[in-house]
Order: sequence, then C-alpha cells, then structure tokens
Amino acid sequence: MPGSKIIGKVYVVGDNVDTDQIIPAKHLVYDTHSPEERKLFGKYAMSGVPEDRSGLPEGSVKFVDEGKYESVFNIIVGGKNFGCGSSREHAPLALQVAGVAAVVAQTYARIFYRNSVDGGFVMPLESVDNIFKSFATGDQVEIDLDANKITDIRTGKSFGLRSLGDAADIIHAGGLFAYARKIGMIKESDKTATKKVGANV
Amino acid sequence: MSMTITEKILAGHSGRDKVTPGENVWVDVDILMTHDVTGPGTISIFKEEFGKEAKVWDRDKVVVIPDHYIFTEDQHAKRNVVFLRDFVKDQRIDNFYDVGTSDYKGVCHVALPEEGYTRPGEVLFGTDSHTCTAGAFGEFATGIGNTDAAFILGTGKLWVKVPQTMRFVFDGELPEYLMAKDLILRIIGDIGVDGASYAAMEFAGDAVHGLNIEERMTLCNMVIEAGGKNGVIAPDQTTIDFVKSRSEKNFTPVQNDPDARFALEKKFDVSKITPLVAKPHSPENVEAAENLSDVIVDRVYIGSCTGGKLTDFRAAARVLDGRKTAVDTFIVPATTDVARGLREYKLNGKTLLQIFEEAGCRIGNASCGACLGGPDDTFGRLNGQEICLSTTNRNFPGRMGSKKAQVYLASPLTAAATAITGKITDPRKYLA
Ligand code: SF4
Repeated sequence: MPGSKIIGKVYVVGDNVDTDQIIPAKHLVYDTHSPEERKLFGKYAMSGVPEDRSGLPEGSVKFVDEGKYESVFNIIVGGKNFGCGSSREHAPLALQVAGVAAVVAQTYARIFYRNSVDGGFVMPLESVDNIFKSFATGDQVEIDLDANKITDIRTGKSFGLRSLGDAADIIHAGGLFAYARKIGMIKESDKTATKKVGANV
Repeated sequence: MSMTITEKILAGHSGRDKVTPGENVWVDVDILMTHDVTGPGTISIFKEEFGKEAKVWDRDKVVVIPDHYIFTEDQHAKRNVVFLRDFVKDQRIDNFYDVGTSDYKGVCHVALPEEGYTRPGEVLFGTDSHTCTAGAFGEFATGIGNTDAAFILGTGKLWVKVPQTMRFVFDGELPEYLMAKDLILRIIGDIGVDGASYAAMEFAGDAVHGLNIEERMTLCNMVIEAGGKNGVIAPDQTTIDFVKSRSEKNFTPVQNDPDARFALEKKFDVSKITPLVAKPHSPENVEAAENLSDVIVDRVYIGSCTGGKLTDFRAAARVLDGRKTAVDTFIVPATTDVARGLREYKLNGKTLLQIFEEAGCRIGNASCGACLGGPDDTFGRLNGQEICLSTTNRNFPGRMGSKKAQVYLASPLTAAATAITGKITDPRKYLA
C-alpha cells in the first residue's frame, strides 16, 4: 500500500476502455510468473488503444515508448466503464508491470475492479464525476487518498474521488490472500514468501 | 422471504437464511472452471500462495478445458496447454479435456453443460468473463480473475457482493426471423454496455421459456456485455430435462420468491423487435439490420460460445441451403460435439456440413478461433482492415485481431443472409 499520496504523470483515455485495449489477446500467452516474460506485459500495456484515443486530448501518444518495458506515466485517468470485457487478470497486471500505481475512472467494469483489488495490482479509484476531459496527457497530478481528491498541479484544479468503501480492507491488506490471512480465513503456511514477483509496495 | 433466485442461491451457499443486495458474503463453490489462457497464471498463484505440494480443495470440482489458442503454431500458446497437463496429472484431476485426444471439446462455456457440469441452484465460477453463460441453467455463474480462482483452488470459497437483480421480460411468441441474439442486443442497445453493472440480469417471459437451452445460453452469455455480474433464467422442465440427460448428480432448482424485489423490470413485446446488428466498436451501437443494407462486408464469421452452437448452425443452414455465399464465410463449431452435429444433423436430406460446403463456406476446428483474435495464424483472424459480420459477442477495437478491422455483431440468421449478399441483410428476405 503506497502512502496516502500518489504523485505523478497522467495518461488520459476515454470511456469504455476494454481489456483488449489494455492488453491485446495475442499477448496473453506469456508466463506471468517468469520475470523475463512478465516484463512483456509492461511493454504491451495499453497497446490496443486506438491511435486517436491514445493519450487524450491529442491522441497518438505511446503509453510505453518503443523498446521500453515501463511507462513514463504512473497514473491513468479514464471515464466510464474502465476495464470492461474479459476476465483477464493480465490487464491490471500489465498496468502494474508498466509502473502504474493508480487508475482514476468514474466507473469500472466489475471483474477488472475486483482483479485490481484482489490481486493487489493497481488502485482503482472512482471519481465522483466523469473527469477525463479535464486532464491532458502528461499533466502532473497529486492524488490525496485521505482527502479523496485528485489535483491537477498545472491548473490547480481538484476533483473529488469516492472513498474506497468495502474494498478498502482488501486494498490496505495488499490483496485477497493477505486479507484472508489477516482475518484467519487461511492459515499462514510454512511458506513465508507470499508476495508476488514484482508486486507494488 | 422475498429473495430472487440469485439471492437465494448465494444465501444457501453462505449458510445464511437471507442475504440482501450489496452485502459481501463468502460462498462455497460447486464448480471452478479454467482454460489455457488464464489457467497457468491461476496455477502459479495457487502454488505460490499455498505451497508447491498443496492439493486443490476438491479435485472433482475443478474442470480444466483448453479452448482458446489451440490450432496455432505459437510456442507460448502451446506451452500453456503443457502447463495445464502437468497440473491435472499432479493433482489427479480427471475433468480435463486435453488437446489432441478424443476427450478434446473446445469452447469451455458450451462444453460445461455438454459434460454435465451445470446444474440449477449451484455456484459456478470460471476464469473467463463469459462464465455467466451457465446462468441459463438457473444457477449462479460468473467470471473471475486468476487470484480469485487460485483462492478457490485452495479453499473452495470466494467472497461475493450480492448483486441486485434486473428483470427483462419478453412476452409473446418468438417469430422465426428472431433469435436469442436479437433479444440480448435489444437489451444492450437500450441500457448500454454498463447498464447492468454489478447486477444480476434475469430473463423471463413466454418468449424466453419457449427457447431451447442453447438459445437461453446465448442470452445469458452476453450479460457481461451489459456489465452484468450474472445472468439467470428460472429453471423449468426444459432445464431439468437437459440437465438430467447429462448429469447424475442431484440438484435443487431455485425459484424467485413471490415477493422478490427487482431493481428494475423491463418488458418487451417480441413481435415489435426486428433483426438487430451491433455496429463497430461497441455492442451497444445497436441498429436494425434493415437500416444497414448499404454496409458492404468482406467476411462473415459464424462461431464462438455465443453463435457457434448447433442451434446457431441449424439457423444459418436454413438460410444458406441451396444458396452460394458472396464473401468469405467462416464456420467454427464451438465444440467437437457441435462439429459432430454438423456432420449428423440433416436439413432437406443434406447434412449441415454439406449445406455449408456447397454454399462455399470454410470450416474450422472446434475452438474459440478468431472470436478473440489470438495468435496471428488463427483461423478466420482479422489481420488487416476487414469488415466482418460476426455471431460472436464483442466488437471492441482489435477484438478479432487487427484494431483497424471493423466488426458487426448479429444473429446466425442475419450472418447467413449477409454471407449471401455481401452486404448486411435482414434475414426476413430469405425466410419468406
Ligand atoms: S468463444 Fe470467444 S467469447 Fe467465448 S470463451 Fe472463447 S474467446 Fe471467449
């Protein structure tokens, strides 16, 4: 769980960004647990977003530069229904591997939201209004998790975020397994390493 | 007790007398299904979290069906199937439908009922978003990610937020030019791709209960395209007869309480619905087929868990019998049982396969095929700027391959009529 603030550069997309856009199906074949192949999910993260919607308002901004495995953008701002489509956990994983800490969208598709939380990949934050048009790709922003707001440092404007609600317990624990151990649903096995390869701290 | 079918199933599986929408409950799982794309990741998390020697909670409740990337030379894709093979051997899981053997089935959501894993009143999770298809059997079925699935493998349980239920009632007798695909497109066109977010979608009315099991599966299959969590159809004699013919296990059908509460009830008169098409690049861009007659297509694709079942091919054959296709037309049976049906089922003295071959169609092997694009060598994949009319469920950019391609979604009847003319065609033209 990062601190109560997330600061960084935003990558802006619109409504209904589906999981095929987040990680196209042909890249689902790599081994999520091989450190070498896992990097490829970062390389191809967001590569399915149509050119004109890649990094709004102008479009045609690559999320991950040619030859790189990580993005210079660590926050994604979208609109409605982010992550709709398939159940592939590769989607939030790809964002995490690319270096994304949080997504801010007005609403999420259920499975993407759940995968993000249960797998502890990225923080799915809900904005009160649909705010993607208020940001430009590359803007520096600050997310304040205690005050539930996102502020565009360039314009100084702030927008409200919803509180995490009942997902907070799992997010704060760091994912479903950590949470289940905490509440005693599964016993701590003799294994000590329960953290995922490359998990966000 | 005023609960809906979905609420009752979740209450029964979490040891409660009553649950209310919005509550989180831990439910006991009856069946967990996984496939070649999401299975390996699930297994890796399971081993990482429960230890290398850990055993799954109940090997009879785990079903492994490779179906996505099967007929490809892609080495990574092939390796995923090997991974599944090793796991089921190690865990002594018998419910495995291996590639290249006589057990091989094809698309998981169609294979599950064929093999008797779907039963009224049960809870089924699968690592695939279209797991909601099984709601057609009056059970709670939904798609989950790898972490959740790994958790189930170790514990047999998962937390679920109880969804509210939205009810869609189709009154009247279904005209012969309409299929379940038209009904679900009507709903998605009306409520949008997030219109049922987090909700259960129940389908009811004479027209729904008049549908056969495969058509009911098509309705429930696409609830995810409206953002729904699960689809459900109250079990009736059709459901019970089908399930009993496939499964030996006892089951308890669950019905809505008379005073069950619905978040919304929407009624449709089926005689007012005409064949529909969802235009690129969203299942909610719904338009009457008759208004799209100037759209020229390069290709027609009939396949997938939505539109590749025997009922779908029987419908397409009704239109294609004795006619020729004007554009490349791909026929991809969902499962090997459906493929056998193509060879055995006859219409006007000819098998469906003969009808399709004489019409000039190309026939593929049972699998997901080009429904989700897949590796570049996938049969029917859209590799360029093709315009395709497809019986699948999603037309997001790049879903069937290239993001430059355009996909229109429609019923198998509309697909077959379109294959004949090369333009989007209302099937009523050929059903008179
Ligand atoms: S046929 Fe298509 S929608 Fe159905 S399981 Fe396969 S890829 Fe998914």
